[in-house]
Amino acid sequence: MTGHPTFGIGRIRWGWFIVGSLILLLLPAVTGTNTPTLLLIWALFALSLGLLWGFAGILSFGHAAYFGLGAYTYAIASMNVGESTGPLLLAIVLPAAVAAVIGAMMFYGRISDVYMGVITLVVTLILFKFMSATAGDAYRIGSARLGGFNGIPAFPILNVPGDASVTVYGTPFYYVVAVALMGCYLLCRWILGSYFGQVLIGIRENEARVELLGYSAPLYKTAIFTISAAMAGLAGCLFANWAEIVTPGVFSLGQSAEVIIWTIVGGLGTLAGPIAGAIVLGYLKLLLGQQTLIDNSLVLGAILVLVVLLLPSGLLPALTRWRERRDVARVSRRQASSTRRRRSQRGDA
Amino acid sequence: MDYAAVVFLEILYMIAFLALTSAGLAVVFGMMRVINLAHGEFVMIGGYTTIFCNRAGLDIWFSMLVISPLVVGIIGLIVERLVIRHLYGRMIDTMLATWGLSLLMVGLVTLIFGNTAVSVTAPIQSYQVGAYQMGGYNLFIIAIGILVMLLLWLVLRYTRVGLVARGAMQNAEIASSLGYNPQRIYMWTFTAGAALSGLAGGVMAPLTGLLPSSGSLYIAKSFITVITGGAAIISGTLGSSIIFGTVNQIVSFGSTPVIGEIAMLALAIILLRLMPQGITGRFFRNST
Repeated sequence: MTGHPTFGIGRIRWGWFIVGSLILLLLPAVTGTNTPTLLLIWALFALSLGLLWGFAGILSFGHAAYFGLGAYTYAIASMNVGESTGPLLLAIVLPAAVAAVIGAMMFYGRISDVYMGVITLVVTLILFKFMSATAGDAYRIGSARLGGFNGIPAFPILNVPGDASVTVYGTPFYYVVAVALMGCYLLCRWILGSYFGQVLIGIRENEARVELLGYSAPLYKTAIFTISAAMAGLAGCLFANWAEIVTPGVFSLGQSAEVIIWTIVGGLGTLAGPIAGAIVLGYLKLLLGQQTLIDNSLVLGAILVLVVLLLPSGLLPALTRWRERRDVARVSRRQASSTRRRRSQRGDA
Repeated sequence: MDYAAVVFLEILYMIAFLALTSAGLAVVFGMMRVINLAHGEFVMIGGYTTIFCNRAGLDIWFSMLVISPLVVGIIGLIVERLVIRHLYGRMIDTMLATWGLSLLMVGLVTLIFGNTAVSVTAPIQSYQVGAYQMGGYNLFIIAIGILVMLLLWLVLRYTRVGLVARGAMQNAEIASSLGYNPQRIYMWTFTAGAALSGLAGGVMAPLTGLLPSSGSLYIAKSFITVITGGAAIISGTLGSSIIFGTVNQIVSFGSTPVIGEIAMLALAIILLRLMPQGITGRFFRNST
């Protein structure tokens, strides 16, 4: 019992997974689906960053870039195609492709921590500035006007594959989002349990050693960056369908900051942590948005500072560690008391 | 001819703007390897201080040159004592915590002053260059930019304080064994960096209207200027200010200001890919 393992992967807890799935399944019977849908989309976005940051040790300061690219790609493509299946796939593939290029540039260039932070942040800023300045007729892709700061409204939302007249919204859309989230969670679990995932965790723990064993760290890092961006793109695409409008706000610094806060508060090195963080803090944000007394960014900022100072690994790992310590304490107490009992039975107390 | 003069002055102004607004961040990064993502908010608070002191009847020059640096310096001191000092050596954690601080400050300023734009008129008249109307205040920014860089260089190079600071930056343990407390040096360095940010904010306030979210205008540009510059405070900041300022303005004149800014940001990515240690990590290794 020396410390707790830094390998935060463990086996999937099927019990919890089933409980979570049941809650997601039955939720529409209790409450409306509009807010839960948004929270689950945010959770998917946080999951994508949690996979990248918590397990590969790569912190993307501008993950909103891929979220926003997913949203914009879907909006532009669906306006041109008039149907949603192709655009949905494109909204996953395009952010992944952009991430592959940027990731390869960073990782093969051996760029790390702060410098990586600058590059990921600057990519988001470029997209934000560009999209904000695309007002007017000159900026159009096919039949979709980019619309500058006002964004793209009124694009076709998701439809049943093959039949563009049957659209998916409301409760069915909620289930689509829930299935996407659970699917991505299982995908993450599978990736982490695989050979590929083990090498990634090795890179996080000690990149030089893994390289000396003959693995190409840049290749693995680029791959996980691409997978994470694809997931963020899917979240962005679902967000576009939820909001039914896409504005440059999806690329904003605030969006990037929020997903980092959800992930770190929930817990690094876990998959459930970012999901829980996004749902709890996302709900808090919606609550705070309903009143004007306390500003949302004030609360989020304070939470981030406190978590970095007091719980650098986040809530969920702290909770796990606390439970482990409590169990250890309980076991040793039981041992101590049984020793005492044995001693008193022998009469040598 | 007049047009060339205008373009030249605008380039010079952009360089001074970048150098001035990045100086605070550069001092903190160069000395302590700490990236302060709340830098933009320090600049913004400097601007608010100037505007509100001016409204309260204080002389505008006095407000921007004395009170803004003082107020923001004190805020920096508090931030260093409460947050930053617990995080030395943990670069990513410092970035996260200061990003949190940045959000916190935006929230606080919104709470206190409201989410409305405030502004103050520039205290210097505009002037003619041939057929073009130029802001006279821009010349003042250029002068202040040069002055701040010069002063910083003089202090770091020729004073005892500068010597100790540079010594602690090169090797904190040896500085410590010679009787200088690195904790204290870091504390004052951070305070000085914050004061420089406050000065930049105060001086820039008449040119840009201010919102609580104005900090984000500065942070990206300062961030790329400092990181691309590398660890050497003065030559690094000056070098990258000159490159970025020139590119930004020339592209802006050729197209639109937005494209100019995008060109500057894209150039930053390329430069970082080519020189991950910054310009001064590659060239001018032994400069200040």
